[in-house]
Amino acid sequence: MEFEAVIGLEVHAQLLTQSKIFCACSTGFGAPPNSNTCPVCLGLPGSLPVLNREAVAMAVKAGLALGCQINRNSIFARKNYFYPDLPKGYQISQYDLPLGQDGQIEILTGVRQEAGHVGEYQPRTFGITRVHLEEDAGKLIHQQGRDSYVDLNRTGVPLIEIVSEPDFRSSQEAYDYLNNLRRTLLYLEICDGNMEEGSFRCDANVSIRPLGSSELGTKTEIKNLNSFRFLQRALEYEIERQKEVIGGDGQVEQETRLWDEEGQKTLVMRSKEEAHDYRYFPEPDLLPVVVSEEWIEELKAQIPELPEERRQRFVKEYALTHEEALLLTQTRQFAEYFETAVRTYNQPKAILNWMMGDLMGHLKQDHREIHECLIRPEHLANLVRLIDEGEISGKMAKQLFEKLYETGDDPETIISQENLQQISDEDQLTRIVDRVLEANPEKVEAYRAGKAGLLGFFMGQVMKETRGQANPEMVSQMLEGKLRSSP
Amino acid sequence: MTEFGQMPIKQLRELIQRRDASVTEITQSFLSRIRQCDDKIKAFLTVEEEPALAQAARLDRQLASGESKNGLLSGIPLAIKDNIVTQGVRTTCASRILENYIPPYDATVVSRLKESGAILLGKTNCDEFAMGSSTENSAFFATRNPWDLERVPGGSSGGSAAAVAAGEAPGALGSDTGGSIRQPAAFCGTVGLKPTYGRVSRYGLVAFASSLDQIGPVGNSVSDVALLLQAIAGSDPQDSTSAARPVEDYLSEIDQEVKGLKIGVPKEWFGSGLDGQIEQSLQAAIKKLEGLGCSLLEVSMPQTEYAISTYYIIAPAEASSNLARYDGVRYGHRSADQKDLDSMFKSTRSEGFGEEVKRRIMIGTYVLSAGYYDAYFIKASKVRTLLRNDYLEAFKKVDFLVGPTTPSLPFKIGEKKKDPLEMYLMDVYTVTANLAGIPGLSLPCGFSQEGLPIGLQIQAPYFQEARLLNLAHALEQELNVKRPKLPI
Repeated sequence: MEFEAVIGLEVHAQLLTQSKIFCACSTGFGAPPNSNTCPVCLGLPGSLPVLNREAVAMAVKAGLALGCQINRNSIFARKNYFYPDLPKGYQISQYDLPLGQDGQIEILTGVRQEAGHVGEYQPRTFGITRVHLEEDAGKLIHQQGRDSYVDLNRTGVPLIEIVSEPDFRSSQEAYDYLNNLRRTLLYLEICDGNMEEGSFRCDANVSIRPLGSSELGTKTEIKNLNSFRFLQRALEYEIERQKEVIGGDGQVEQETRLWDEEGQKTLVMRSKEEAHDYRYFPEPDLLPVVVSEEWIEELKAQIPELPEERRQRFVKEYALTHEEALLLTQTRQFAEYFETAVRTYNQPKAILNWMMGDLMGHLKQDHREIHECLIRPEHLANLVRLIDEGEISGKMAKQLFEKLYETGDDPETIISQENLQQISDEDQLTRIVDRVLEANPEKVEAYRAGKAGLLGFFMGQVMKETRGQANPEMVSQMLEGKLRSSP
Repeated sequence: MTEFGQMPIKQLRELIQRRDASVTEITQSFLSRIRQCDDKIKAFLTVEEEPALAQAARLDRQLASGESKNGLLSGIPLAIKDNIVTQGVRTTCASRILENYIPPYDATVVSRLKESGAILLGKTNCDEFAMGSSTENSAFFATRNPWDLERVPGGSSGGSAAAVAAGEAPGALGSDTGGSIRQPAAFCGTVGLKPTYGRVSRYGLVAFASSLDQIGPVGNSVSDVALLLQAIAGSDPQDSTSAARPVEDYLSEIDQEVKGLKIGVPKEWFGSGLDGQIEQSLQAAIKKLEGLGCSLLEVSMPQTEYAISTYYIIAPAEASSNLARYDGVRYGHRSADQKDLDSMFKSTRSEGFGEEVKRRIMIGTYVLSAGYYDAYFIKASKVRTLLRNDYLEAFKKVDFLVGPTTPSLPFKIGEKKKDPLEMYLMDVYTVTANLAGIPGLSLPCGFSQEGLPIGLQIQAPYFQEARLLNLAHALEQELNVKRPKLPI
């Protein structure tokens, strides 16, 4: 029997507010344990939450970007469970009446299943069940075999939970959705999207069913998906596992499983019987969140062109492939860098190649983001123009790029300062070429006797004399002409 | 009783301002009254003798040098219920689980009292986490009724009411979730006010049932209560449920005429179950209202019979969640009997909480559980709305409602402890104000043949505290209740 996978994703994204969702404590990362805390986020007796308006604004933006209907009145609820990283014994979240619901996004998704080897793209629409606001819990630090410690700095950092409909039929679709979601939050500047540090977290619900069936099979929930790679591998593993279970006349158990990266498999974390009853009820310490029409309009106006839209525009406007456009639109800064460069000098492909090659390489090496680097997009564009105009050679361009990257100066300044411009003066080059040939009579003989490979040697000598500035095409023509003509 | 024992706060202030008595003298006199009688009454869990005297001396120096800020309660020593947090002063909620808990911050009401110059005398006993109607549920000891040491002072703010009645403090703060200020005020012959939900900040009040809890004053007279409310009322950026509405001047409006006011008497409040002596005393008091020029009107509050059931679903539900934080991880009691995380939670909470608290946590957990939530919690929330509608309807016709505060006179210690349901019925006339969020005040309207106090309750529309205090004050003057001699 043929099966299809049914996948839904639940994403938790930390919002980039200055202060926590229900108190004035800093959300800063890396402070000494328990230093960013106060009676409210420590859950001390008598303390009360007060909602951070900035967190609501960010969550509304996310909801709007995901096509959700924004509830004018939404309410907070308590999710009750015991855990040492949860100081109040409940998490303030939303249940009935979330901030946003019933959204959908349309994205291009890869048809072939292997990541990175996608041949074709097709548009798909995915439903968003809800976007709601909640507080993060703290962190436990376990000392191997001894005590455990609680760090409550993260407690009360605002999160949005984004729940998708079970609309993904392959791990590739889930991957593409998650990637788009991450890019969207980055574009909105409401989340840093860091999966490794846990500011962007994903759980997946997976089931399978006979192809053509419209009923849902029993699902498992998979946690610990700390990277895009883990997500894809875990989904592929889990789909295969479920197929084997059903193929062997077994039944898929409703349970929560963990992705085990070392073992490359999913493991049971808790069964249905052990599932929590969270006893949600309306949070009496907070008033309903009222989002006015005017506020929504104000926030709508702050939403930039979103990544998927931009990607498709790039494909059309700059004649790029889908994959190239996807790479360029990963972050807003990267895409804007590209467009600024192209506005300066309209050679999208060449600029793309420099960005993806040398620039990316340097940024990765230096652990920098594009907006932190010195080389300005206009300068990169000029570099490409100077090559096209024959002012500098490709080899010189590489050298020049290094200087641009280090100094942030514009290419013309560096060229004149460093005397880097290409020598294209015919008389000057003739004199140098003649000098090289005169100095190496036996090599000239050898060339004329048939050792054609020596052309490279003469070329090298000319470049050495000119510190690489000679126009290579002209030199090569000259050398061939002079060496062919008999003395 | 000392010379300052039952002196109105206003008069104490005048003595201080005229420097006829020093703050130290006054503070000292209340402290010595506590020393003299609190081993019998047991109103206090913590007495802040030295800090109180130090603060008194500081205020005296300021008065002498003319630097006094002359706050609303400058130099007045007060008692505070032990479920309101006080920075650096042990706050136990009368529970083993917080036996040695010292809060790092002051509740908003405490900072406001301090800003107005009040002195903290100590923290008063209560039912554990304010759950109870007799103060017998304190994990440490039961408080006695000053009018009869064999009887309960009511609860849960029994310590605050008893301290004021016995002259151990000129005023006190309590909290009222289902009657916890008004019922002990009635049992102890004092005045107690539960303000409108949102009138007084809950920041720093250890939560029992967040949508019902409200802090309020206990005093010897309506004007003392008005003065205390003046000092603590008002919006608080740290409590989202506090009201932005400006605070009225309660004292300047307290002497207004009450002629022409329409007083509603709910017929459901005078049915079976109401003690005969209380009914008699109330009828006489209500007559006096007519004498003051008010008109009486019978009204109906049809949801009254469901009030207790509704309350005992909503309050435990919220409590089961509010009390989840006492898990032994960060503060308070942690059991030594632990093998793993779960057993630490279980033993800590089994050892730390008393029987009534556990009962309510279990009821609350049950009514919020999957499969029962709709039948209990949602249903109760709907009844709560109907009950609120009863009030809205009634207040279209009348300005106030008048009735009993309690169905019975103060009972004997131990008398009702075995039957929680019977104890729950003590709240029958008070819980409705909490469920609806309206203000209610209890004032003494007489004494029984045995010499036990009887309380009369007045309820008012939302945020009508000024008019409520005005009517209560007029009735208090008119009744001029003759008090028997306090036996202690």
